[in-house]
Amino acid sequence: MVAVAEAPTVLRASPVGAVVTGERPPQPYEHRRPTWGQRAQLGGQLWLVCVLAVVIAAFSLRSSSFLSQANWLNTALTATEVLLLAVGQTFVIITGGIDLSDGAVLGLSGMVAGWVMASLGGSSAGDPTLVVVAGLASGLVLGVAVGLVNGLLVARYRIPAFVVTLGTLGICTGIADLVANGQEISNLPGAVGTIGSTNLFGWIPIPALVAFVLTVAAAGLLRLTRFGEHTLALGDSRDAAVRAGIRDRSHLVRVYVLSSTLAAVSGMLVMTRLAVASPTSGSNDELNAIAAVVIGGASLFGGKGTILGSFLGTALISVLLTGLIIVNVPPFWQLIAVGAVLVAAVYVDQVRERRLR
Amino acid sequence: MVDGMLGRGQPLLELRGIEKHFGPVRALRRVDFTIEAGKVTALCGDNGAGKSVTVKIMSGIIQPDGGELVWRGRPVHLRTPRDAADLGIATVYQDLALCDNLDIVQNMFLGRERRRFGALDEGPMEQAARSTLADLRVTTVRSIRQPVGSLSGGQRQSVAVARAVLWNSQLMMLDEPTAALGVNQTALVLSLVRRLADQGYGVVIISHNLNDVFEVADRIAVLHLGTMVAQGEASEFDRQSVVELMTTGKVERADSGSLAANRASKEA
Repeated sequence: MVAVAEAPTVLRASPVGAVVTGERPPQPYEHRRPTWGQRAQLGGQLWLVCVLAVVIAAFSLRSSSFLSQANWLNTALTATEVLLLAVGQTFVIITGGIDLSDGAVLGLSGMVAGWVMASLGGSSAGDPTLVVVAGLASGLVLGVAVGLVNGLLVARYRIPAFVVTLGTLGICTGIADLVANGQEISNLPGAVGTIGSTNLFGWIPIPALVAFVLTVAAAGLLRLTRFGEHTLALGDSRDAAVRAGIRDRSHLVRVYVLSSTLAAVSGMLVMTRLAVASPTSGSNDELNAIAAVVIGGASLFGGKGTILGSFLGTALISVLLTGLIIVNVPPFWQLIAVGAVLVAAVYVDQVRERRLR
Repeated sequence: MVDGMLGRGQPLLELRGIEKHFGPVRALRRVDFTIEAGKVTALCGDNGAGKSVTVKIMSGIIQPDGGELVWRGRPVHLRTPRDAADLGIATVYQDLALCDNLDIVQNMFLGRERRRFGALDEGPMEQAARSTLADLRVTTVRSIRQPVGSLSGGQRQSVAVARAVLWNSQLMMLDEPTAALGVNQTALVLSLVRRLADQGYGVVIISHNLNDVFEVADRIAVLHLGTMVAQGEASEFDRQSVVELMTTGKVERADSGSLAANRASKEA
């Protein structure tokens, strides 16, 4: 009798107990920190590595000179010109903006640096080191200045980034032509060309090394610092970032300054490689940079993007540009190839995103 | 639990005779409202009754035209949302203000990240986030390194609340916390609200949903056209009386003695 009476009580007790507490007992969280691979989102970029490998293999099969030292140096220098633009562009695109002016800043900063060096005596200067330093510094200052203008117009006056940077693209291109009346400046100290044409161990051009080191630093900046995290936060939800106390305007200004400054660094590197300052340097490079960033998985809507992705995107575009020439495809096909890869990359990315959700 | 937290039932924040005009419109008329520590207070009212204005005044977004706010017995002026946050008043808005592309830890520390040698110091932040979530018994998330965009609505609400707890808030205002949630998720959030109060926090929920109100609230306050028409222990109310108060500002029935007393004291 007692057992029969107790049984239903026990049966009822457990569900009632469950309802009262209404939750599972506390469980330990996964303590596993993300691996370096996850942290760099290698999983998302793996397919890009595969495509790059396939393209390199295909070019190597078609032409024995593709894997030569000369072509590697050529490809590395081509990539160097776009890489720093793509790195700066990554930060801007993550905030949901765009920087169309970075190719023009590349050209103008070179012209400003060249003009300063030529004015201080050029190839016959008494103290070439001082002249080179003054020239490079003025080129970088120009980059910071254009970045400030872009950033202030976008952040404070709320003019769309596309419009602001399209404007500064035109302005910088025009000024670059005005500096020497559309001509190149070749009266530079000899040291400029020496820097650009030196290859460490025969395989590592100094401009490429500089660009690579800055790219690694930028990857750390995006992934491991408050600046990077705030950039991602702003790009996902400006509202949430502001309510969390992030100063959105000054942060945006800093992002645009970063982009323009890296473009100016790239301008200095291009100038040392060619040993002349040319007003046409960098024209249309911004489009390759934007394509590289988007191929690398960044979203033009903001909130998404990695430096590794942009690096791989740059590598793919550079390999396509130099490889197509080596296998004797007419150069007009370069644009078509890059355009097709861009659209395909965005499509693959969307498909993957949908599968993850 | 935050140091210096008040005991259950002690007044945490009091609104005394708060007035607010927008041009000729009197949005709030001499509103008195008391929020007690360790209790869930439901703020009810129809659209336009003045709920949001009240919340905005308590969170420092707008300033009252008259009356005073008293925080733990001391009159205070909340000129900016920062002032409110510094005192320990947190508002969790309906849209939650989370970044979907950042993980739980990043969201909880957004704007107040800990750093070491210039880089983010992930270890201690993970530790603090994990223990805060464990204190609130938010155990359904797979990993605290999961992007917030992959969480359910209830989990997102939990993260937003945990962030407020982490930042030493003592009073939490939740604006329609269950509005967009299904049955299970609603239960999750309501149990979280209950636990917050049990741990000594003062909690205000703004809700249209009377089921939620009666399930979780210790105290109920009803606004009608800018006037606080009733407030008291939840046991003094029933569904019918709350609906009548929300729609007409009056209770027809004679047996709600304490409400009548509340009104009488106001008129006196």
